[in-house]
Amino acid sequence: MPFIPHTEEDVSTMLGAIGAASIENLFDEIPAALKTGKLKDVPDGLPEMAVARLMQERASQDGFWSNFIGAGVYEHHIPAAIWQITTRGEFYSAYTPYQAEASQGTLQLIYEYQTMMTRLTGLDVSNASLYDGASALAEAVLMAVRSHKTSRRVLVPKTVHPIYRRVVDTTVKNQGIELVELDYDPATGQTMLPAEPGGFAGLVIPQPNFFGVLEDVHAMTDWAHDKGALAIALVNPTTLAVLEAPGQWGAKGADIAVGEGQPLGAPMASGGPYFGFMCCRQDFVRQMPGRIVGRTVDLDGKPGFALTLQAREQHIRRSKATSNICTNQGLVVTAATQYMALLGPQGLAKVASNSHANTVALADKLTAIPNVTRAFASPCFHEVVLQLNDNAKDVLRALRAQGILGGLDISGWYPELGQAILVCATETKTSGDLDQYAQQMERILSKRREAPPCAYKN
Amino acid sequence: MLIFDHSRPGRTAAAQLPAAGGSLDDLPANLRRRAPPALPEVSELDVVRHYTRLSQLNFSIDTQFYPLGSCTMKYNPRACNSLAMLPQFLARHPASPDETGQGFLASMFELQEMLKDVTGMAGVSMAPMAGAHGEFAGVAMIRAYHDARGDTARREIIVPDAAHGTNPATATMCGYTVKEIPTDATGGVDLAALKAAVGPQTAGLMLTNPSTLGVFEKTIAEIQKIVHDAGGLLYYDGANLNAILGKVRPGDMGFDVIHMNLHKTFSTPHGGGGPGAGPVGVSKRLLPFMPIPLVLNENGAYRLATETDLPQSIGRMSANMGNAGVLMRAYIYARLLGREGMHRVAEYATLNANYLMVRLREAGFDLAFPTRRASHEFIVTLKKLKDATGVSAMDFAKRLLDYGYHAPTTYFPLLVPECLLIEPTETESRETLDGFIEAMVAIKHEAETNAALVKGAPYSLPVRRLDDVKAARELDLAYKPAEFIPSRV
Repeated sequence: MPFIPHTEEDVSTMLGAIGAASIENLFDEIPAALKTGKLKDVPDGLPEMAVARLMQERASQDGFWSNFIGAGVYEHHIPAAIWQITTRGEFYSAYTPYQAEASQGTLQLIYEYQTMMTRLTGLDVSNASLYDGASALAEAVLMAVRSHKTSRRVLVPKTVHPIYRRVVDTTVKNQGIELVELDYDPATGQTMLPAEPGGFAGLVIPQPNFFGVLEDVHAMTDWAHDKGALAIALVNPTTLAVLEAPGQWGAKGADIAVGEGQPLGAPMASGGPYFGFMCCRQDFVRQMPGRIVGRTVDLDGKPGFALTLQAREQHIRRSKATSNICTNQGLVVTAATQYMALLGPQGLAKVASNSHANTVALADKLTAIPNVTRAFASPCFHEVVLQLNDNAKDVLRALRAQGILGGLDISGWYPELGQAILVCATETKTSGDLDQYAQQMERILSKRREAPPCAYKN
Repeated sequence: MLIFDHSRPGRTAAAQLPAAGGSLDDLPANLRRRAPPALPEVSELDVVRHYTRLSQLNFSIDTQFYPLGSCTMKYNPRACNSLAMLPQFLARHPASPDETGQGFLASMFELQEMLKDVTGMAGVSMAPMAGAHGEFAGVAMIRAYHDARGDTARREIIVPDAAHGTNPATATMCGYTVKEIPTDATGGVDLAALKAAVGPQTAGLMLTNPSTLGVFEKTIAEIQKIVHDAGGLLYYDGANLNAILGKVRPGDMGFDVIHMNLHKTFSTPHGGGGPGAGPVGVSKRLLPFMPIPLVLNENGAYRLATETDLPQSIGRMSANMGNAGVLMRAYIYARLLGREGMHRVAEYATLNANYLMVRLREAGFDLAFPTRRASHEFIVTLKKLKDATGVSAMDFAKRLLDYGYHAPTTYFPLLVPECLLIEPTETESRETLDGFIEAMVAIKHEAETNAALVKGAPYSLPVRRLDDVKAARELDLAYKPAEFIPSRV
């Protein structure tokens, strides 16, 4: 029987010890009328060999693509060591480290992770991670409201990923929290600060923003603080190797920093698992959701690690907890910690600067093609919005026929930008890859100009 | 030793780094970092050795029996990991068009359909990324349902006192108040208290069945009627689904919404605390409110449903499609198990639990609910032992670590004093259970003859008992050596 070791003799011995005639008798407290018949939609079991073949066929069906989509999830090189060690059974099949003495490996690793995240963000403390970047932002919004006490309004720029904004809305809408959208400057793609008298709990500051554009984070942080609100940094961890740390923004630094941890060693894998990170100033640590590991000593005075500040959490505080969250994304954090250690400050800076340089180079090549222009004049990091004088969806489809995923069509989310795509080229792309993309784009656009599809003919 | 202690200025894992960095000169100087982040500067071997050694400090299913009640620590088949990590699956960007991921989406769709079948629900969404996340989705759907009907006076969620802490915490996050109801002497919901608690303010009842006390709610049909008659909806916390997989379906018990913990019942790894996956299943009336995305099959072409398909959806819960890689592992597990295997899960989990319970009772341990069958788990109470010897459930648990067994869940559920909640799962052999019983008996003997020995445990682990009070009072949450430059420069 798959994954059940019992022999017939085991079963009869065990039933004998219990004093039951059959396994079915063990379910005699369940009302007979409720018992399930045979399952209908579960097929017969397959041996590992057959399942392997099935999955390999499906994987081949999906294939490999030359990917230029970013939009919050980035294709970075993941060193071979990372997932080999991460999937060791001692990490892979361990539970949440409640029994600290039997979990020092996981606990120390999380402590190291927390340390690395505080150093990347320039803030005092980090939790052990949340589900993903979007849910981390939602938790930061809740945290800002808890900390502020009088206001339940939070300002969220339109330059924040549209799906992040939806996730925040799903998470906070039943708690009477108001999310206010902030417009962006159509020339620069940067958030415009409104004439706000104050009376809001927090301002979300994305860096880089969804368009890949760098915001004036210093001015935004100071503005939020002047209005008595918390500054919530939404940042990409790779870029923090070279961009100013949230703890250094403005005169006082951001109060909370959150973001998507995927760029730190998690494969894109159709959406997860990733992890969300959250760091904050020491003053807010008791408002922080999620697991936190602290260093302490054992009975003999030897250093060791344990979960701490559990009085914030649901298993102690129940309905008064800071959040209902129980898990962190432990295994992905295990990978991320090794990724940061392997790359180090130099490596991470190279990944960031190469991704930036590749994106700039690609944007230059693409905007050399007639009718392809950059949407915004301001500097971008490793993503850029390009406007096409053609149907974005059709162009992307034509690129796909050449094995290229040319970017994300964002026209639906931002109709004011016209036919616009968000394009990203990370350090994994060679100049050959960039040339290939540009050549195909040029060919497709000129062909469509010369011989437009029937629907577009006058 | 921390990874930072291995760090030496200028050391790198050169082979893993990209070639010389590109220029950042076009970026405004005031937005660039002034001092590089103080990440470790180490070699590849430093990293491999350090983290391999750290891994060896852990207990895990692969190395120890892990009878952690309510957590379903069953074996995580290796094929589920290696096949979910096939390079094409890992390389796929989540915003890629659906047509580039038909192999992936077919697997997701089939898992969705299997989960519908095993739970008896009308629809399943796999968007939530953990059990608590699924609970949130479930209660948010209950709220959306009442609100859509204009039934906005329903602002109270009823939760039995035996429930997981996530239940009341979730209700609060959805803007509800929580009413707790007591448990009767045999571990069931107190029906009189439930009847008194329901009313026009009742949005729903959150119930775990079998409960966290390790017993099946025999009166589930009456419970269902009381709540539905009052206009409330019934929420099934799937924490203990392993106990009934293939035996009883929550949909057949009358539940309106459920969440499943795939990291329990479908054997995806716990990973030291995550990632999990917490799909939700709903009855017909909650179908329009399911979180997105979910997977649609249009004549063999699979695609992700969006806001356009489900305009009344409670919305999105993650930036992408949940913990996709965890769902893949669950799918592969389901295919390996198949229909017969699915029916066997609850059978052998229950056989193991009842065997362990009976043998421990014979060995002189007190059961919290001696007249009841165990479901897939059961509770031993050490109250008498504590009164007689001073040895607590915590001490007992720590001593088990010395014997090479992970401790059962301690001090949960909250209403049984000095409790050990024990869940062996179906993947453990009789020999393993017998070894555990011997260790339990030996520790009981130690407690009765040399209590100090047990109270000082553990002795054989990397550390002895840790000072939790110091951890909370003198917070040390990040390494800051004396020479460390503070974050603000």
